[in-house]
Amino acid sequence: MSTQRRRAARWPVIVLVVAGLYFLLPMVASLEFSLRDVHNTHSFAAWGRLLSYPGLLDTLFTSLWVAFGTVALTLLLMVPTVSWVHLRRPKLKRFVEGISLLPLVIPPIVLVNGVLVVFQDAPEIVNGTPLILVFEYVILALPFTYRTLDAGLSAIPLATLVEAARGLGASWPVVLLRVVLPNIRTAVLGAALLNLALVMGEYTLSSILLMQTFPVWMVSTGRTDAGVSVAVSLLSLLIVFVLLFLLSIVSGRRTRELRPFTPSAS
Amino acid sequence: MTVSNTTTRTGAAGLSAAPARPTGRRWVARAAGLLGLLPFLAYTGLFLAAPVVMVVVGAFQDNDGAFTTDNVTTAVSDQYGRAFVTSIELSALTAVVGAVLGAVLAQAVLSRRPDGVLRKAVTSASGVLANFGGVQLAFAFIATLGSIGIVTKALAAVGLDIYQGGFTLFGFTGIAIVYIYFQVPLMLIVFTPALEGMREQWREAAENLGATRWQYWRHVAGPVLLPPFLASLLLLFANSLSAFATAEALTNGIIGLVPIQIGALVSGNVVADQQNLGKALGLGMVIVVGLVMAVYYRIQRRTARWLG
Repeated sequence: MSTQRRRAARWPVIVLVVAGLYFLLPMVASLEFSLRDVHNTHSFAAWGRLLSYPGLLDTLFTSLWVAFGTVALTLLLMVPTVSWVHLRRPKLKRFVEGISLLPLVIPPIVLVNGVLVVFQDAPEIVNGTPLILVFEYVILALPFTYRTLDAGLSAIPLATLVEAARGLGASWPVVLLRVVLPNIRTAVLGAALLNLALVMGEYTLSSILLMQTFPVWMVSTGRTDAGVSVAVSLLSLLIVFVLLFLLSIVSGRRTRELRPFTPSAS
Repeated sequence: MTVSNTTTRTGAAGLSAAPARPTGRRWVARAAGLLGLLPFLAYTGLFLAAPVVMVVVGAFQDNDGAFTTDNVTTAVSDQYGRAFVTSIELSALTAVVGAVLGAVLAQAVLSRRPDGVLRKAVTSASGVLANFGGVQLAFAFIATLGSIGIVTKALAAVGLDIYQGGFTLFGFTGIAIVYIYFQVPLMLIVFTPALEGMREQWREAAENLGATRWQYWRHVAGPVLLPPFLASLLLLFANSLSAFATAEALTNGIIGLVPIQIGALVSGNVVADQQNLGKALGLGMVIVVGLVMAVYYRIQRRTARWLG
């Protein structure tokens, strides 16, 4: 019995070590690649070139404002919608979920095809600026957004909270802003982070719509100076990883404090 | 396909939401109920439904807007038909490999403490690799297996020149390797809930009845886990079929995969005025992904009964 148990405990460790090495290899390779200099030497030359590289800061700035726009618009649209469905029309849950998951069925490269047609005669401000990206990224992020907010709202006694607030005379906007929102802040933060990550890495729509975003810059720069693109992509992967990791620590702590027996939201 | 999908879904939800009692007050209440959904419906209608409808319509139009089936016929023949075959082969290969490796890895990860740092790090890393970095992963692999990548150079140093041997990161095999790198984490994300749903009591009951480890897996865990495994496999397939950024960044758009060809047609890189052929290809993709996801949801719904 004890030998069986010990054997059972050993294989996961082996699998984890092998997988860890496999997944770290391209990251280590990226680091080495970005440090390469001429004649088989290594230096921080590529990293030093980064900040002065034409286009990096501009496109990074564009992507960041698109990201914040997407996060703001997503929350503005989806927090009231999902709360409304939970409170007033639970039967429509499947319907809203169905629509929210549709972007999983429609490849971005197909969506962008239609976007080009629908908005070809739209005002310059919509289709000539990254604003169109904000509108469409809200759509691309819908599956994540819906699931995260739905899980967050299912985990709190929403009806009781809202009834209490309404009974004390709070208006609907106040209820949303000061009762619902604070109670699902981890879910909101999670949705916001997933949106941010999606926008900072999205290439299909922005390249076809000819927008100069960060991933588009990365690809075009990579054709002439691979070292810089490898460095930047490693950096952006690391930043998003750290953000998600911090979020998981924060949310883990909160779930433990509040509801010790609830399985983690999936 | 998508359109009919949407309408059936709308119809079903509408029915279930309205227990047929059409008194006046009910109608008012129902209208008021839908009012809260109005912003959401308007938004998804304009930015999701309208583009998809335009793709479907455009697939059956020539450049002057007249009805034609030429685009659809072209989309399934010659180089475009071959692209569908290549895309489906690539997706099937990476989905199967990704699903098997991902399932084993997920089970291994679950053996660690639930609130441990390792679990959290793996979850976050999976989220990043599966959802975030199409372009980033392309560059990471150029640094790894590209013609001057670290692994390529290391292998050459021991006398194994893989590029001499016909390998290239920028062909089918290379792209498959990169895709598997993001398929495994995606499997980890979608399959872990199913593994977590396995009850310890089932194993104990089997053991008390004298089942061996193998019998437990063969007759209890296997049958319960098979549907979610297949569902996850389908999701991985759809994911790989839709992927554009990685292949585009790696090959500069010269590999015969459907998304890449749509991209080339849309941006007018190959022949001008062939946007509607691109839409026909897009329609084909939506049909394939739609079929796959329809099966996925069916399996998923049945699974919920056991592992919900």
